[in-house]
Amino acid sequence: MLTCKDFLHELSDYLDENTDKELRAKLEAHIAECPNCWVIADTTKKTIHIYKGMDPYPVPTDVQSRLMIALEKKIAAGR
Amino acid sequence: MTASSQAGTDETTLVALSREGDTVAFGELVRRYEGKIFRLAQHVTQNREDAEDVLQETFMKAYEHLDQFQGNSKFYTWIVRIAVNQALMKLRRRKTDKSVSLDETIDTGEDTMVREIAAWDEDPEQKFTRDELGGILDTAVQSLEPPYRSVFQLRDIDELSTEETAEALGLSVPAVKSRLLRARLQLREKLTRYFKRKGDDAFAYM
Repeated sequence: MLTCKDFLHELSDYLDENTDKELRAKLEAHIAECPNCWVIADTTKKTIHIYKGMDPYPVPTDVQSRLMIALEKKIAAGR
Repeated sequence: MTASSQAGTDETTLVALSREGDTVAFGELVRRYEGKIFRLAQHVTQNREDAEDVLQETFMKAYEHLDQFQGNSKFYTWIVRIAVNQALMKLRRRKTDKSVSLDETIDTGEDTMVREIAAWDEDPEQKFTRDELGGILDTAVQSLEPPYRSVFQLRDIDELSTEETAEALGLSVPAVKSRLLRARLQLREKLTRYFKRKGDDAFAYM
């Protein structure tokens, strides 16, 4: 039987589905018995889900136009 | 050719066109990745002005060295490497910041410690407006140590693989994995404050 510490150690691979079948079965047996680890796994999964595809930082227009002007200059001058 | 007509063009074509000096094609590559690079630059430099410089230097350098891009990794992985190098150079120049390497030894001891255990609502994000949620998520990431932030951004926000993240940040695969686990657990804990189910307090299950 895995300990909670063992479970936490494998948590990322478990959530990313990167464990082999045997380990996965052991991890699932652990959370079926351990409500705390179940909550940790569930809320970590939700954490990852919530961040996925979060909007990138908007680049201020003045920074953007400075970049494009610098690039055009560089391109015009040849590399 | 207008900028909009490039929007659906695949990356390989855009890179090839850019190599021939096509400003519009390179502009489209900039448009696709500038926000991600800007966020990463802020995560590493922790300074708005430096991040703006890093953004500009990254794309200038990328254009300059476009013929060195092999095409066997993603374009984004390649420019992240450039951005990280530029950002670290900024930190070294500033010298006030001691963390000049993303590979500094960080305390990886037994602190995958979990303090708060409380179940969340089914769709916790529904409780907040889009802006509020953005603020909460951003503040939580910003409060991580810089080496964790970059790994978390690349793996879980930008959705690069572990190997690509390792390549982009110049870290080993095990280093990426252990940082990612810690970042995820720390964020989970920070977000629990906002998302936990009402009346469902720490250790309620014990």
